[in-house]
Amino acid sequence: MSGYQIVVCGSIVPDPLQTLEPVTGPSGPVLKNELMLPAVLDPWAGHALYEAANLAAKTPGSKVWLVSLGPKAKVQQVMMAVGQKVPFELVALDGPAGGFVDAHETAAALADAVKAIPGIDRTKLLVFGGWESASRGAGATLQILGERLEIHDQFQGVDQIAPQADGSLEILERVEGGQHQISVVAGPPALLGWATGNLPEPRNNPQVGMANMRGIMPALQKSKPAKVGTGDLQYLAVTLPKAQRETRVVKNMPTDEIAREIVEWISKD
Amino acid sequence: MAVPASVAAETLRTLPGDDVRQVMWRFSDRYDLQMLVQSVRSAARSTVARLVADGARNSHEWTPQKNELLKCFDECGATGVFMEPHQGGFIEGPKNFAMALATFELAWVDAGAATCGLASHLALSPIHERGTQEQVDKYMSLAAPAKPGEDRVPLRGAFALTEPIPYVGVDTGMLGGKVRVAEWEPGKEPILAVEKRGRFITNMGFANFVAAAVDSADERIKGSCMIILEDSDPGTFDRGTPTKKLVHQLSSTSDPIFSLRVPASRIIGGYAVKNGVIVPKYSHDEVIAAVFKHTRVPVGVMTSAKLLSAVEPVIRYQRGRFRGAEQAKPGSMRYELGLQVRQDVLHRLVDVWATGEAGSSLGFATARLFDELDPLEKEKTAILAQKGIAGGKSEFKLFREVNQRAVELVKLRAKPEAERDEKRVAELEADPLVRYAVLDSASGVLCPATKLWCTGNGATVMREAVSLMGGYGITEDCPGFLGNKWMDAQLEATYEGPEAVQRRQLSVCMTNEVFLAQYETWIKELRQVASVKPDTGACELASAMTLWLYTYKHLVVATDANGEKLFQGPRQGVTFPLSDALSWLMAARSFVLDVLELERKGPENAVVAEGLPGLAHFYEDLAHVQCARAAGEVGRICAELVYGYNKHPAWEGEGRKACYAAQELEELEDVIPGIGSYAVDVIGKDGSHPTKAGPCASCVSVQDFAALRTKLDGCLTGSRLAKDRAAEALAKVMIPEALDYPA
Ligand SMILES: Cc1cc2nc3c(=O)[nH]c(=O)nc-3n(C[C@H](O)[C@H](O)[C@H](O)COP(=O)(O)OP(=O)(O)OC[C@H]3O[C@@H](n4cnc5c(N)ncnc54)[C@H](O)[C@@H]3O)c2cc1C
Repeated sequence: MSGYQIVVCGSIVPDPLQTLEPVTGPSGPVLKNELMLPAVLDPWAGHALYEAANLAAKTPGSKVWLVSLGPKAKVQQVMMAVGQKVPFELVALDGPAGGFVDAHETAAALADAVKAIPGIDRTKLLVFGGWESASRGAGATLQILGERLEIHDQFQGVDQIAPQADGSLEILERVEGGQHQISVVAGPPALLGWATGNLPEPRNNPQVGMANMRGIMPALQKSKPAKVGTGDLQYLAVTLPKAQRETRVVKNMPTDEIAREIVEWISKD
Repeated sequence: MAVPASVAAETLRTLPGDDVRQVMWRFSDRYDLQMLVQSVRSAARSTVARLVADGARNSHEWTPQKNELLKCFDECGATGVFMEPHQGGFIEGPKNFAMALATFELAWVDAGAATCGLASHLALSPIHERGTQEQVDKYMSLAAPAKPGEDRVPLRGAFALTEPIPYVGVDTGMLGGKVRVAEWEPGKEPILAVEKRGRFITNMGFANFVAAAVDSADERIKGSCMIILEDSDPGTFDRGTPTKKLVHQLSSTSDPIFSLRVPASRIIGGYAVKNGVIVPKYSHDEVIAAVFKHTRVPVGVMTSAKLLSAVEPVIRYQRGRFRGAEQAKPGSMRYELGLQVRQDVLHRLVDVWATGEAGSSLGFATARLFDELDPLEKEKTAILAQKGIAGGKSEFKLFREVNQRAVELVKLRAKPEAERDEKRVAELEADPLVRYAVLDSASGVLCPATKLWCTGNGATVMREAVSLMGGYGITEDCPGFLGNKWMDAQLEATYEGPEAVQRRQLSVCMTNEVFLAQYETWIKELRQVASVKPDTGACELASAMTLWLYTYKHLVVATDANGEKLFQGPRQGVTFPLSDALSWLMAARSFVLDVLELERKGPENAVVAEGLPGLAHFYEDLAHVQCARAAGEVGRICAELVYGYNKHPAWEGEGRKACYAAQELEELEDVIPGIGSYAVDVIGKDGSHPTKAGPCASCVSVQDFAALRTKLDGCLTGSRLAKDRAAEALAKVMIPEALDYPA
């Protein structure tokens, strides 16, 4: 095996600590002040990226690309942190990344970008992404992307990938009840929508960052506007998932006691 | 042109993010620095914050838990920030700005942690600035974090100048540490015996090497020097007992004792042997001057970072203050805004924010200036060496001439383009010595101003931030650790040269003609800013700078009531307040310039452009508030200095002569009706006079001052409106749901 070509599709979302308030903009729903809120790499895409880097590090001759469709200036900002974590090459598309864009249009733009990567070889290609998104999670983007790339071996909710001696790949997908379904695919091309995987977030390493930046900055500079929007979608109503934050500072409370309280709190609903 | 109401009403929408900071602090095009910021921030808001939240500050000892910090600094790039890429670092070129940014991020959470990081650089600094090539190569590479695959723990250093009382403190010349020749075999390297006791030495709990200041106690060694001691040197390397600090407990401090034998090659900068005497290339004073020039800037930035870090937790506290109470129903003002319905808490938070901004602007501007100055200084050293000038009088003489040309350049640059003699400008700029003289004279003022103002005034304003949290402010549970940050600020004002040292340097450097020439052009520049951006407070600041300059020029020639010269070194009562006033001005000026930069360059960045009209309004208001505050301070200080050294007129003697006699007034009333109601100092027929100290001091000789001061007071027009607007913005701005580090 002379290595994989792993293309991770992932974009940015507002930092989850920020106040997220849906409002109506000129072309449909948006989040209040979204462009101005600090952003992070979509956590699901993040897992995909770190798993990709890990797989590439273990398989000599492999290479990782991150294809990211989002507002250029914001992606650049996020790259200053993400770009220090693992080695990859960026392919940037300038366009909206909010939770309200049409999955079909996004997938079409991503597919074009993947196809346009110089030297891309289907026999080595693994397309990674998040099976979910912290912004809305249309639940369709990756599947459509796979179809457009004519990759029919698709896996969703992936937590693990393990290359086998014969070149096949063993893949663990989440199923009901905390169980995994084990599949074996003969080899690339395949598409994997990642759940959380098993890896911690790699720490920042400015040395890795300095190396990545040589490619990231030119990629951002030459990124082209992608024609994506809300398409024909019409949103009747937009609300945040019902979430409640009840923070209490406690010190010296036994863990059992904390657990008991949390269970009690959850079962209130 | 009338501003549309929708734009006029625009105000701050979110707290300023990285995009805004990069524009204001001028590192939009420095990806290395942007990455450093992200990396150090993530270390600060995870490892460092957890240490503080877990109570690691509650011990004086350097514990294994605290020791985690060092590894964390190595990994996030905070250790390597001081090194060149070939030494194991990752940033090319001068590193002052990078260090200031890294310190800012660490101090945002805990200044002790920031100090721990900085002290390692402080230890390397004497070697970096004045060490021989071998010393630099050895210690910089060994102190760099291990490369991937390398199994090595980096060397850690400490800087030992301060000694047990009665020796070195503020006065660095009172050295008790001694160096003698222990062995000196002919043709071989002399072995020196070093005796040094330190007081309050940072990093001592784990340092492997120490840069120590010592004086010769041997006629075979000339003068003083700084020397490198290692923990493996033969003799005593006693780390001493930990200092019982009330602050910065995430740095290690103790009073070490050294009695060691080291080769003479450890003298920083090397030495020559002349007539059987070891002559160190640099005295300890020379090394220290070169070191502190740089390292004091990040300390100033530290306190300012803490002020800015207080904004978000204070707003969150204020807004949530009454939620949950029966009387505060969701949707009511009380519920939504909490304490923010009260004007005072908003006004005080505006002060906290404005001070933090001005300090950061000043600190970062100074750090950037040093990044420009450092390479020029190297060029200057080389040129002087070529000319055979080795400091002292001959250098002074050379710079007397260079300074003339530097002043000429400053004045030429300030002229409108059409009137400027570009050929002459180019000619002057082509001389590195001239460019050096311009930047060096500015840094001589801006560096101590940063250290003095950001920390000293910052400590006072940090107290305001703490009070805004009520009782919570002085508990360990206070979000953002504000109580710690306040206490810590007192140390920041003290170590690396307390306020007196900074004031002393300011009072010397403010007299530099090249600085003063720049100062005058800065006044003009601010007036120009004011003509296009009247809401920034730039005009008021220019008036305050004018008043300061008048006062300075007056004090240089004036004498007090006893005929004693006013502006002179020993008269700290004159020179120190004048230094304080100058620092207020420099901070406000830097802030105004950063706001201007934001407005100029903001539109180029899509993210900044999005909320720019509101952001710009808010920042102009904030700058205006700061300019007004600075103007008030400067007016007060200058008035005290100008009037305060005159003798107050008394009811006897000369003073009495200046008064009207009652009888005289009665007669004049016929000629000038109503004069009686204007005259205040009237002596009655029986010698009686109004009940007050004496006739009012007319201070005829400083009427110009009075006119300038009155003008300055008038310039305050509009400043409180700006404060009201800024306060209103704080009640509307969107903040995150929770703080991004544990409390
Ligand atoms: C936690 C901590 C860490 C430290 N780390 C280090 C370190 O790593 N290395 C190191 O070498 N030192 C270190 N120091 C020492 C620090 O730099 C000194 O404490 C500082 O320089 C002040 O000296 P002093 O304490 O002797 O004060 P003093 O010199 O006794 O000053 C007392 C007061 O008198 C005033 N004063 C003194 N002289 C004058 C003067 N000429 N004109 C006007 N006013 C004057 C001072 O401003 C001050 O207000 C540290 C100190 C602390 C507390």
